Amino acid sequence: MKKGSFVSVADLSKEDILRLIRKTAEFEENPNRTVLEGKICATLFFEPSTRTRLSFETAVNRLGGRVIGFSDAATTSSSKGETLKDTVKMVGNYADLIIMRHYLEGAARYASEIADVPVINAGDGANQHPSQTMLDLYSIHKTQGTLEDLTVTMVGDLKYGRTIHSLIVGMSHFRPSFRFIAPDELRLPETYRQFMDNHGLRYEEFTEFSEDVINESDILYMTRVQRERFTDLMEYEKVKNVYTLHSDMLTGSRDNLRILHPLPRVNEIMYDVDDSPKAYYFEQAKNGVYARQAIICDALKL
Amino acid sequence: MGKQNKKELQIAALENGTVIDHIPSEQLFKVVSLLGIENLKTPVTIGYNLDSKKMGKKGILKIAGKFFEQDEINRIALIAPSVKLNIIRDYEVVEKKYARLPDTLLGIAKCNNPKCITNNEPVRTRFTVTDRENVTLKCEYCELKTKKEDIELL
Ligand SMILES: [Zn+2]
Repeated sequence: MKKGSFVSVADLSKEDILRLIRKTAEFEENPNRTVLEGKICATLFFEPSTRTRLSFETAVNRLGGRVIGFSDAATTSSSKGETLKDTVKMVGNYADLIIMRHYLEGAARYASEIADVPVINAGDGANQHPSQTMLDLYSIHKTQGTLEDLTVTMVGDLKYGRTIHSLIVGMSHFRPSFRFIAPDELRLPETYRQFMDNHGLRYEEFTEFSEDVINESDILYMTRVQRERFTDLMEYEKVKNVYTLHSDMLTGSRDNLRILHPLPRVNEIMYDVDDSPKAYYFEQAKNGVYARQAIICDALKL
Repeated sequence: MGKQNKKELQIAALENGTVIDHIPSEQLFKVVSLLGIENLKTPVTIGYNLDSKKMGKKGILKIAGKFFEQDEINRIALIAPSVKLNIIRDYEVVEKKYARLPDTLLGIAKCNNPKCITNNEPVRTRFTVTDRENVTLKCEYCELKTKKEDIELL
């Protein structure tokens, strides 16, 4: 792998995570810096994701760099049958950095092996979305003052939610205690339970979204429960409103509790929660630009 | 000559080379291809569906004038874990070697994830062995873990 590439949370050591958090904090304090002056960053989005692309492109622009790229594979040579390898090789000759989103899993790792410049993974299928994890970790660190010894409760789609899976791996360095709340159909996969067992992490699983669990949490991480994930639609109808957070569920919660959500939300957080000082999901999204500034500079050793 | 001795002579003796024994019959031709035996120019005797007390049916390969490096042998550990190699010099067994599962498997197994880059672009597969005892492989590209019973070879 090309040194400096940012492909998977599993590659990050505790020190890497803490270094990126420190850099993110610096950018939050002063987002406009011209360290990328004269540099070109390519954003190759083989799958459209406006939210992530704008966040990365804002990060590059705030750093004084220039952006080339495409936002949809339908408009590029890959629709003419060009291999990912050839596209990445070509772009690597033009740009100083490649930021790539791809619908195939493992595409970012592969690109990092063939490109002559660092590759940042902006999402590879259902596998990884490590910049999202960094902004999640930054948000947790910022609101709690630490990442160590926290009780993190995750709610909703724990089976397919890649932000959940990556956050478990990212938090694993910091002695977390996890609570998982999901319907049986969307239970956390065995491979992640095994991962926690191997790392000696404490966790409990629940199917009921109760205040008891909220009351002992420092972080409440909500995710969407999507209809298309269910094989049994009766089952979906039964659970679709069960994993929804209402403001009255927060009355007994800790003062330091913060609610996170990778956004966009559908109905899993009621609008009355938005006014709570414990709602942090909009600030969390804003942290995304700072986290990506830190990731870009780290990749380029700036 | 006793019946047992006759049985052992099902395959001709070897002067110099390697005898690979205890190959599961159904994996024999896979082993042949993983070791690149079809490209050899020296005489090779292939024993297929031979009786075995331990395995029921087994395969044997007698390869003249060829001595394998441990790395090469390890390629077959996944499909023939109990394989035994007798190194023959001047009709005598001078050394025994066994296959050992390597830490990384290159281009041997197929990733079971249809959305994995290795199944969609000409990428050589690469797996890390994450559990040696139960044989679990992790694709280094899509990060999917595959258990022994689900491993498919290329
Ligand atoms: Zn794979």
